This record gives sequence, structure tokens and C-alpha cells, in this order.
Amino acid sequence: MNGARVEFRGLRRRFGSTVALDGLDLTVEPGELIALLGPSGCGKTTALRCLAGFEQPDEGEVLVDGSDITRVPANRRDAGMVFQSYSLFPNLNARDNVGFGMRVRKAPAARRHARAQELLELVGLPSVGDRYPHQLSGGQQQRVALARALALEPRVLLLDEPLSALDAKVRVTLREEIRRLQLSLGITTIFVTHDQEEALSMADRVAVLRDGRLEQVADPATLYDRPATPFVAEFVGAMNHLPGLVSGDRVTVLGQRLPVEGPSPDSARVDVLVRPEAVLVTPVDASGGEGDGIVMVSSFRGSTARLRVRLDDGTEVLADVPGHDSARFAPGTAVRVGLVERPVLVAARPETAVAAAIPEPDVV
Amino acid sequence: MASLTPQVTPGTAPGAAPAPAPSRPGRPRRPRVWRGAVLLLAAVYFLVPLIASFVFTVKAPGQGFSLDAYGQIFSAEGFGGSLLLSLGLGVATIVLVLLLTLPAVVAVRLGAPRLRPVLEVVCTLPLVVPPITFVAGISTVLRWGPDYLATTPLYQTMIAVQNPDFPVVLVLAYVVLALPFAYRSLDAGLGAIDVRTLSEAARNLGASWPHVLLRVIIPNMRSAMASASFLTLALVLGEFTIARLLSFETFPNWIYRISGSQAQVSVAVSVFSLLITWLLLLALSSAGARQRSGS
Repeated sequence: MNGARVEFRGLRRRFGSTVALDGLDLTVEPGELIALLGPSGCGKTTALRCLAGFEQPDEGEVLVDGSDITRVPANRRDAGMVFQSYSLFPNLNARDNVGFGMRVRKAPAARRHARAQELLELVGLPSVGDRYPHQLSGGQQQRVALARALALEPRVLLLDEPLSALDAKVRVTLREEIRRLQLSLGITTIFVTHDQEEALSMADRVAVLRDGRLEQVADPATLYDRPATPFVAEFVGAMNHLPGLVSGDRVTVLGQRLPVEGPSPDSARVDVLVRPEAVLVTPVDASGGEGDGIVMVSSFRGSTARLRVRLDDGTEVLADVPGHDSARFAPGTAVRVGLVERPVLVAARPETAVAAAIPEPDVV
Repeated sequence: MASLTPQVTPGTAPGAAPAPAPSRPGRPRRPRVWRGAVLLLAAVYFLVPLIASFVFTVKAPGQGFSLDAYGQIFSAEGFGGSLLLSLGLGVATIVLVLLLTLPAVVAVRLGAPRLRPVLEVVCTLPLVVPPITFVAGISTVLRWGPDYLATTPLYQTMIAVQNPDFPVVLVLAYVVLALPFAYRSLDAGLGAIDVRTLSEAARNLGASWPHVLLRVIIPNMRSAMASASFLTLALVLGEFTIARLLSFETFPNWIYRISGSQAQVSVAVSVFSLLITWLLLLALSSAGARQRSGS
């Protein structure tokens, strides 16, 4: 099974007055798993549906291995798809669901059953062939759906939020398994999700979409460490926007002078973008003296705890501390706040961004 | 970010919860009495006429218990012919109404969801047209047609649809009458499955549209189709006005005819046809149930 190269070229699609795709350009390399990530309504599902043939773009084209498939009907495209949920045929058992595509192609029953069994084993469900969809758990149903999508050896695998209806534990196991299968089969895979953790943990590259356009496409580490736009910074992971003053190639923020990473805007007053794990907090009573702020909320997450600290000037900062340390940061604790000595990203300070960065006073 | 802020107001929720709890155990007791009363009333309403009919058929004045009336049904002149005619009309109507509504309902659901209210109104319209108006219109057309179409091939068609052995015109009329019931059943059945996802999954696996309809949608709508068929059959087996005014001897019209001469037999036939209808209902609903347990 070899993956195909998929290209979206200037894809546009509007539904009435809403623009779902506004000139999307994206190339997916053979064998790559790419995640389309974005808030709802950003066009990620529409892009996938254009590739599957369930949606016709108003403009632009979709190419698979260089050939234009924009006008090819959905049932003659070489792409297997896994849907969000409830996509198994309720009247067929798991084996016949997996064998459906082969049945459409009039493959003899014996070969169909053998191949279905082979695929059910591949997705880790060797003994559910006789069960009907309503007798399977949500996770099992999605595994069968995956087996069904792979049965015809498609050159592209399309995953439309296949894990979003599952509970947390199953979701994590299944996403690891999908990734393992995808790597071993080498099949080009496009994965639509609104869950950034899912996208970052599974994909070779993540494409962040906003209002039908590509914001940034990069490997997960780059996307997280060097978001190209403030939107990406905000959407992927949590991000602090702290007021700073640029002078030369350095920026003054929270009383520290840090080197600026990448380009800096024209204005001197900027937003400094800092991840919560790059914020250092220490309880004041340990060292004595005045604090910079007070812990408002502490939410324990196991390995870490995320603090929301209100600084004396009213700015709120998110900071991560080790989970075993969380007892020292109970709400009400006065803390000193600093930043890890590392180059930081800065962004222009539009009025709206300032308003968004300073939360409403009633947040307690 | 908002999830970090404690929005819960702990005072209200636990305080409100215990209040309705004590009243709950006492609640079902009173309705149970009412339930029984309603059931009894309904039972009286339905069973008294049935029992009275049955008693009337088995007890002739001055004689004792006798099932003679039931024996006479089968030898009565016209019984077999009219029953077969009604069943034949019923089957033809079912086939035609399903062929019309099923693709329409599916197409509207998948392709033009905004047309759904239009389809609903169109299919429900026959309910508001009184049968007498309907049949008056039909008979006007049937009278007018042959005169004006005498020299065209349509003349033969006008005659053919009125063939008393199998009056196609009745099938056409019954299809219209059955539309609201068929539409309701099929629309509800379609609402119970995710047609869009299922058909997209099938399309993705290479199925053409006819294949999607035959292999994916229809198998998952068997119980809805069964109930549409049953309602249609019950309607056709009981329809009197149109057949009577167009002078075709369907089963209800035959019952009406013999009730003048053989009152006891006609009531026996009514009880008998009720039994047939019940058996058909049982058969159809068990077909639906078998599908549900199988899937």
C-alpha cells in the first residue's frame, strides 16, 4: 500500500453567506499524516469532504498524485474515510461492514470474508466478526470503521474527527493505534480534529486553519515553539500575552530584559507571548519580601498544576508548576513571578488583543 | 481559560435536590388508579361492540348457539372475488405508494432539506380533502374523459383503468389517500437512522446511488416500510366511499350488499375481516421486530 500525494489548490467553497474555504492551498506528501486543526467553522471538514467528493468546491482543484479529481464522483475516488460516529451499517455485522466495499466490487464471498477477518485482526478485533454495530462499544465501532476504510487499500485515508465521540482513555489508545497502523501501511492520511493535543501527538505536520485559510503548517514542535501568527499561538496550547516594551533586539517584560525571537513589530509597545511552562513562580514566604501577584486559581492536572496569577497591575498570568509542588501554591498565596531566560516571541498589540489579554475583573 | 474559574455555586444545588425527593415515592400511587380507570373505559369502548357483534352472529332468536353464519361466509356469492380484489388493490397500492414516497423522502432528506416542509404539506393534503369531494372529482373526470378523448389512444386508457376486474383508478385514488400515512412512517423511520453518514460511508466504499438505496437505506428501514404497508393495507381493506360511488365491488362494498339480505352473515364477515386485519398486523409487526433483533 503506497500513499499518494494530495494537493489542495486555491480551494474555495461558500455556503450561502458563510465562507467555509477561502483559497486553501496545501500539499500533503506521500505517506504523511497531516492534521487539519482549527476551531469549528474553520473549513477543515469542508476541505476533507472536498477530497472525499461529498462537497464540490466553488473554485480550485483537488489533486491526487497529480491528477485532478475535483469532478470525480465520490464512489470512484480512491480514498477510505472514517466518520465521526454511527457510520457502520446497522443491518450488517462487523465482517460484512468491513467487506461492504468488496461486495460492491463483486468480490466472491470467500475472499471477502478472509480479507475482512484479516483487517479485523489488524485493528485488534479478531473475534467480533459476527457482532452487529449495536453490540460493539464506541471504540470497537470506530476500529471496525477503520478496518472498513482500509479494506480496499485506498491510497488516501481520511479521518473526520473519528475519536471525538469516545471517552478519554479509549481516545488515547486508539489514536496511538491509528498512528502505528498508518506508519506501518505508509498510507497518506488526513486527520481532521479540533483537539490540539490529538493533532500534536499524532501528526507529522499540523495545518492550522482559520476562516477557511491556512494559518500555518508545520511539524508539532515548530508549531508549538514558534507559532507563526498570534492566532496559532493562542489556539495551540495556552499562551500568555504580557505587555512589553521593545528596544533594540530585546524586550522588557515583567522587569526582565529578554532577547526577541524572530521579527518584532514596528511599535515599541508589544505583546510578549509566553507559554505557561516558561513562567517561573515562587511563593513569597519562602524568601520574604514583597510578591508580584497572588494565586487566584490552581487546577491540578497530575504531573503539573496550572496557576492563574493576578499581578499587582491587574494582568493575569498562567503558570505551570510541578504537580507535587502544587500544595505550596494554594489560592491566595502571594508569589513572585519571573520568566525563563529564553528568547521570546512578540506580537503587535491591537486594541482587541489587549482587551482579550486582560480578563474581566469578576473572574475569581 | 474559563474552565479554570470556579463557576459552581455550591449552596444552591444540594439545597434544591432533596426537596422533590420525598414526594417522589408517593407520586405513582394515585395515577395507578386513574390508569386502571382509563384502561377500563377504553376496553369497554372497544370491546362492547365487538362482543355484541360476535353474540349477534352466533345466536339466532329462538335457536341456541350456532357458528352457521361463519360457515356461510365462504359459500356466500361474491365473497372470494371481492376479498381477492381488495387484497390485490391493497398490494398494488402499497407497491406504488412506496415506490413514490421512499425515493422522494430520501432525496429530500439528502439533497434538499429545505423542501421537507413542502413535501410534508403535499403528502398531508389528502387528509383535509373529504373523500366525497375526491370521488366527485374523479367521477367527473371519468365521465368527461371518454367523450373528449374518443378519437385518441387515451380513450382506451380511460376504459382500461375502469376495468371492473382490476380497477386501476381505485389504486390511483388509494395511493393518494395512503400518502399521509406512508409519508409519516417513512419520515419517522428515516429520522431514526443517520442517512447522510450511512450513504456517504457507502458512497466512499464505491457504491452507486441505486446501490446505496437498495443495500443501505432500504434494509435499515424495513420496520418503517412495514408500518407504512400495514397502514396502507388497512386503509384499502376498509375503504368504502370511493369504491361505492365508482361502483366497484370491493370487500367493504360486498359486505354492504349482503348486509341487506343476510344480516347475520354480514356481521360475521365484519368480525372475520377484523381478525384478518389483526393477523396481518401481527405478521407485519413481527417482521419488523425480527429485523430489529437481527440488526
